[in-house]
Amino acid sequence: MSNALKVTRRAAMAAGFAGAGVLVWEANSLTLTPAMQRIFRAAETWTKLAQRTLLLPGQLAREYPAADISPVFKANGTLNPGTDEYAASAANNFIDWRLKIDGLVAHPMSLSVAQIRKLPARTQITRHDCVEGWSAIGQWTGVPLGLLLKAAGIAPNARYAVFHCADNLDGEPAKGGQQSPGQYYESSDLVDAFHPQTIIAYALNGRPLDIPHGAPLRLRVERQLGYKMAKYVNRIEITDSFAGIAGGRGGYWEDRGYDWYAGI
Amino acid sequence: MTAATDSHAAAPPRKPAREFFYRHRAVIRLTHWINALAILFLLASGLNIFNAHPRLYWGIYGADSDPAFLSIEAFDTAAGPRGITQIGPWHFDTTGILGWSKYMGEYANRAWPHWLTIPGYQDLADARHWHFMFAWLLALNGLLYLVWSFTTRHVQRDIWPTPADLRAVPRSILDHILLRHPTGEEAKRYNVLQRFAYLGVIILITLMVLTGLTMSPGIDAFCPWLLDLFGGRQSARTIHFLSASLIVLFVFVHLVEVVLAGPINEIRSMLTGNYVVPKGDHK
Repeated sequence: MSNALKVTRRAAMAAGFAGAGVLVWEANSLTLTPAMQRIFRAAETWTKLAQRTLLLPGQLAREYPAADISPVFKANGTLNPGTDEYAASAANNFIDWRLKIDGLVAHPMSLSVAQIRKLPARTQITRHDCVEGWSAIGQWTGVPLGLLLKAAGIAPNARYAVFHCADNLDGEPAKGGQQSPGQYYESSDLVDAFHPQTIIAYALNGRPLDIPHGAPLRLRVERQLGYKMAKYVNRIEITDSFAGIAGGRGGYWEDRGYDWYAGI
Repeated sequence: MTAATDSHAAAPPRKPAREFFYRHRAVIRLTHWINALAILFLLASGLNIFNAHPRLYWGIYGADSDPAFLSIEAFDTAAGPRGITQIGPWHFDTTGILGWSKYMGEYANRAWPHWLTIPGYQDLADARHWHFMFAWLLALNGLLYLVWSFTTRHVQRDIWPTPADLRAVPRSILDHILLRHPTGEEAKRYNVLQRFAYLGVIILITLMVLTGLTMSPGIDAFCPWLLDLFGGRQSARTIHFLSASLIVLFVFVHLVEVVLAGPINEIRSMLTGNYVVPKGDHK
């Protein structure tokens, strides 16, 4: 090896180790820099592309036998929206609750819980995986979201379903980070919205949804983490972009640093 | 005999030249250091992620009301908050380090202390970002290593133990206990315990990747057999943690051995590839 090449190689090695050292030592302050955020977003995109490539659109999440249901299904996030309006609706057995479907649809809808219960239902025993690390298995009953969206007639330029909720969350201590209060909302793309196991659920383990688990209606997106599964849903907005909705990242937790694609 | 030869023979014996042996090829060196960096970040960010739910379970589900086989939590006691580490039926007061430790001058409810986690502050979103970025790097780097090592027969030749190696296990254990290091030709090949350790860490990293993927609800829909392989998502999370612990043990022993075997020679060989073959006393 020529001397010049040796020197270049030595310099490259030294630069590599110096770079690694800075990365380790300055990890805290580097985390929120635009450059690192771009790299993190690229990694999220690879994960999403890899999973979307591997997963067939209709491939199902595992369903479990009734014997596997968790004795206690942990409730997390908002345990009760706590507003006067919600309390009044709950006291009235949610008789006045409406699920609106609007945005880029041909036929905007407003459905009562009773109307939704009369639609064709799907019941599934699935595992709920929280981003924090725990899992719980429960039996969910609800109407397939695809059915509602077909009835509403989504526009050709529709890209996302945004789920608006009745709860204002001020963070989850376990999740750390910036946790300003905000109205909960979530979103999915149309691949997940039309997935056979994606349902607007109104029952857990054979009983009407209780308040900690999202009464009267919540979303189930079984190939994603728990934070995607909005509770207390009262409006589904079909849209082509998240711009202009809260922080613009497509969800309460996404606006607070979490990945929009929550398949991992 | 000529005078010249005579004078040569009479000269004091020349210091024997150092014998360099090209021990690690470039791909091995490169993947070794990338692997080391990735594992450092994955361990530290993994502990931050662990802190978001500092309990481990066995089985297909597990949350607060299910029995944990390991937990690191803070509890209010008469003597104030204490950090308690529980492993099976045993409870240890680990206040100050595990469960309840100081961050920026104030005690906080944290399973692993800030000086072991990346980032140092508690944030699941940021920790996941570091974790998945380096998970990609680890997986791709590991794939490069495995494909290269199998096609060049590095694994088969240098790491897979030979029958003679297996017969030499007792002697090798004794050599390690007595800190006897091989010299000459023997120093040019990995001893049997080294082979086990390197095979072991290859298996552990593979387990890390597979159990990590098993925790992904998306991957589970794609290959549900992973859930069966590891006994469920919570078991996979526990195996992920135990494998990481064994990797920490490997790194510790690895570094101790580097120091004992001659740190300059060992580190140089992983930087330039060249290893000075130690000479035996009999030479």
